[in-house]
Amino acid sequence: MNAKLAAPHWTIQRRATGVILVLTGDWIALETGIRDAASVQSLLSEAGPFTRLEFETSGLGRWDSALIVFVQQLQRQNQLDESGLPAAARRLLALAVEPEAAQASVSQTESRISIPDWTGRRAIAYWNATIGLTELLGLAVLRGSAALAGNARTRTVDVLNLMRESGARALAIVAIVNGLVGAILAFVGAVQLRRFGAEIYVADLVGIAVVRELAAIMTAIVMAGRTGGAFAAQLATMQGNEEIDALQALGIPVFDYLVMPRIAALVTMLPLLYVYACLIGLVGGGIVSAVALDVSVATYLEETRRAIAIQQFIIGLTKSVAFGALVALVSCHIGLRAGRSAADVGRAATSAVVAGIIGIIALDAVFAVCTNALGV
Amino acid sequence: MTAAPMEQDRLMAKGLTLAVGERIIQRELSFTVRQGSIFAIMGGSGCGKSTLLRSMIGLLPPVAGTVSVEGEDYWAASETRRSEISRRFGIVFQNGALWSSMTVGDNVALPLQMFTRLDAAAIDALVQLKLSLVGLGRAVDAMPAELSGGMRKRAGIARALALDPDTLFFDEPSAGLDPVTSKRLDDLILELRDGLGATIVIVSHELASLFAICDDGIFLDATARRAIAHGAPRMLRDACDHPTVRAFMNRERPEQSTGAGASDGQS
Repeated sequence: MNAKLAAPHWTIQRRATGVILVLTGDWIALETGIRDAASVQSLLSEAGPFTRLEFETSGLGRWDSALIVFVQQLQRQNQLDESGLPAAARRLLALAVEPEAAQASVSQTESRISIPDWTGRRAIAYWNATIGLTELLGLAVLRGSAALAGNARTRTVDVLNLMRESGARALAIVAIVNGLVGAILAFVGAVQLRRFGAEIYVADLVGIAVVRELAAIMTAIVMAGRTGGAFAAQLATMQGNEEIDALQALGIPVFDYLVMPRIAALVTMLPLLYVYACLIGLVGGGIVSAVALDVSVATYLEETRRAIAIQQFIIGLTKSVAFGALVALVSCHIGLRAGRSAADVGRAATSAVVAGIIGIIALDAVFAVCTNALGV
Repeated sequence: MTAAPMEQDRLMAKGLTLAVGERIIQRELSFTVRQGSIFAIMGGSGCGKSTLLRSMIGLLPPVAGTVSVEGEDYWAASETRRSEISRRFGIVFQNGALWSSMTVGDNVALPLQMFTRLDAAAIDALVQLKLSLVGLGRAVDAMPAELSGGMRKRAGIARALALDPDTLFFDEPSAGLDPVTSKRLDDLILELRDGLGATIVIVSHELASLFAICDDGIFLDATARRAIAHGAPRMLRDACDHPTVRAFMNRERPEQSTGAGASDGQS
């Protein structure tokens, strides 16, 4: 390897036979850069018309892609006589010419679409997604009743495994989140209530907020992030690995085999986790009251018992069942509709979590309106 | 065709046109697969071989034309009937497509658990048999991720054999395998055909195995989007006049640039 490189140069010579481009020096892309063919072009057009551009390369040193790119740029606007170029360079140039038909068949999608077009496509895509989700909901009702009658191809072992995965293994995170939420509520309430000398009502505040709203919502959000994302990623991976095709080809109904166990697991586990979350949330509030507010444990318990009517608990429990079904349906829907690449798996997991959380909040708002209208 | 299909016609496609989304992949495909033959679906990368396979095993409805299985219109049948017919099919996917959350043994056992009333001991015995047929008798408790590419493919064959199918479909059986493993797989396919009396449909572009085992076939062209030749691969190599087919079969570059093979990654 010679350390010294000569700078790449070109000169234009006009002869009787035509225009000749004399190339000298070393044309190495990484060290000398790539010469711009535009200046050659402007000189050529100043010099007047000509038919062919020839090359003279006796002074050419080492060369690599830098030379090829330079010649390719000239090729676009001129008739070239490549016979003066090194043989290896001529071969590379010939190889780099793509047949037009081949190019067309690779990129069939239009590169630019107008805003109305884009809006229309997105609207249709959202509409189709809504229809798909409704369809899945209908299937869930139909196949769910078939499963209860024992007619579905759902395996109990799958349901139990998924229950362990989404229920038992989530105990720690549900406890941490709900315990802290209960404690935070007690702190916030304490600051306000102390000004009125009404510390004892912290128990009412924590009790009603946790049992009616927060235990259900926080647990559902934890499950949307933890289990919903996992469901979507798992189904999307199975899609990419042709595992879902293998099921379909065998005639094993994908809904019964993959979606039903997930719905069953979440619909049974989320209410159980909700009850657990309520207890932990109340304990969290109780600890803060006892430590920071001088409300005795006995008083706190008694006040909590008095404050929480059974209907608060029923509302919370109903919500958690609905949230469980929602998270399972949305994540399975997104997982099954995912594309077949690794990037699609990540995208499916993300959108399952996002759609799950938005769905939970929206559904909770619906519940709020309904319970308000019913006056409970 | 007015006469009832002859008994030895296992599968028959008539005027089959396939599309993915709005893109037409292949049009007007017609062919018959005889009972007991090894039928090859050939063609360059991206010509729609796997798409044709998907439409024969119930994964992609054709936009026009029919597929009949022993005279019965496959796509016109109800979904329940279609899955009954599909149960007579065994499908080996390109990379095995084993269910990754289950052991190899459970993969083979699942179709048996789903579609038969056999007890656990009988299922275990059948699973052991199918796995030993493909030389994986000791891998019952392995997870798919622990297997090599060739073993995964063989486990896929064992699963396809679970319900004793009378038609086996292979999607690129020798893709990504070394020549020796690939030869062993060819031998296995031949033995399965002779041992089980099964009909076999293979999607492939591996010339060596096409010549070695296939006795009939169809050649799809990516640019023309239709079938350009019918017949056994050996016969096409020796006697076909079409330049694209001849170039493919003899591993040459086609005389004129056709742009075939431009859209890789489809198959």
